[in-house]
Amino acid sequence: MEVVLMDILGAVVTFLVAFVVGMTYGGLSRKITARVQNRKGPPFYQNFIDAFKLGSKKSAIHHGVMHHFGPAFLMVSSVMTLMIVPVLTHNQWFPNLNFQGDLIFLLYVMTFGPLGMALGAGQTGNPNSAIGVTRGLSQMVGFEIPWVLALVALMIQYHTTSITGLMAAQAHSGTWLMFSSPFAFVAAVMAMFGMFRYSPFDIVGAPTELASGPISENGGKYLFVMMSSGSVFTFAKLTLYVDLFMGGADNLLILLIKTFALYLIPVLYGVTTPRYRTEQAVRWFWGWPSFFGLLAILQAVFF
Amino acid sequence: MMNDKNSQKIVDIIQNWARKHSIWVLAYGTGCGAIEIPPTMTSRYDAERLGVRGAATPRQADVLLITGYLTVKTMKRVIRVYEQMQDPKYVIGFGSCTINGGMYYDSYNTIKVLDKYLPVDVYINGCMPRPEAVLSGFAQLQKRIAEGRANGAQQYKDNLEWYRANQKKIIPNWIMPDYNW
Repeated sequence: MEVVLMDILGAVVTFLVAFVVGMTYGGLSRKITARVQNRKGPPFYQNFIDAFKLGSKKSAIHHGVMHHFGPAFLMVSSVMTLMIVPVLTHNQWFPNLNFQGDLIFLLYVMTFGPLGMALGAGQTGNPNSAIGVTRGLSQMVGFEIPWVLALVALMIQYHTTSITGLMAAQAHSGTWLMFSSPFAFVAAVMAMFGMFRYSPFDIVGAPTELASGPISENGGKYLFVMMSSGSVFTFAKLTLYVDLFMGGADNLLILLIKTFALYLIPVLYGVTTPRYRTEQAVRWFWGWPSFFGLLAILQAVFF
Repeated sequence: MMNDKNSQKIVDIIQNWARKHSIWVLAYGTGCGAIEIPPTMTSRYDAERLGVRGAATPRQADVLLITGYLTVKTMKRVIRVYEQMQDPKYVIGFGSCTINGGMYYDSYNTIKVLDKYLPVDVYINGCMPRPEAVLSGFAQLQKRIAEGRANGAQQYKDNLEWYRANQKKIIPNWIMPDYNW
């Protein structure tokens, strides 16, 4: 009984840490964008204020049941991802529900949220939402290919389908997978651009073009749920990358340094590049990232 | 305890503080005033440092910024946009045209006084108001929000019949959904 209670408490702590870190990263990315554009920019805690305000807004929108479920699906998907990804190695406050094959399960869970959101956005009947959903799913088809190729290469190379197994392999050999399978790392990082949806791959929520796309009918508390789930998901994805390619982290400080270094890649690439069109984005993902993914597979099979 | 007057007051202060520092603006840029919004938002004046940020749709917006004159035809859209926004919501009338018609004072198809049709919280005077004036208008709105005096939406609800009568006077073919808050 005590173990279960401890696990539940740990899950709550994990969620809170993910929420705070994700929100702060979001705020820092806004600050970085502003500094690159020679602006002062909002304070780094601006996202917390925005989230609190959105949460305290009244919401009188009704488009049907699925519309209410959309943000909930997103949240469920984010929390499931977070629970499977090991946050720290050996820490009682961050339990994880990993099992043999969780890497494959994770591939499905990570697409579950956007699909639920797509259903919710479809029910609003807003044409911008519909266009945003089609763009989002096209982009997902784009970046899933290098991402899956990279993960499959790792699975072949180390004969394991669990994240902890890959972490153990890194601990055993002493080198990070980022160095021992560099092609998989490059392919995965390039796929990360699509996952984070910063410019130039912000084709889904393009505010000036699509009026923020799938979320255009969601305000107030819906947006609050989406914003928090986005923050949690950001943290979960970054932690997953750190676990897979950078050997995980022993304490929170090292985790923050590693995740933030990874997070800067899409942010800094984003502030200097304008938005792609949908077909350009898909072509980009099916070009060099997929090539590196195939190289990774070749490396895993023959070397 | 939850409905205690004093605790409600504390909650209001915290919520108003958050609202004050996070203003998402829907710029309804039909008039010439829309040209002053990009400099307000970009590097020179950088409204984002005050928490002022553009919102893409009425559902996400807090402030409806009406930049310049409104024709009778666009009025109908403005009313729909305003009614789709979520509480608490504010309206900023931007430029002389929203105050007294400005240079369109004798036009047959523009409205003269915006306050008769929508509850305006803050007016920004000028033709055009420069970005400094716009920022000053936002500061004024922030002050009113912090003091809890920016309650135009409540006023609109309370006097809905009066506003509706005024709106229907200028819009003859009134085919609009009825909203019930």
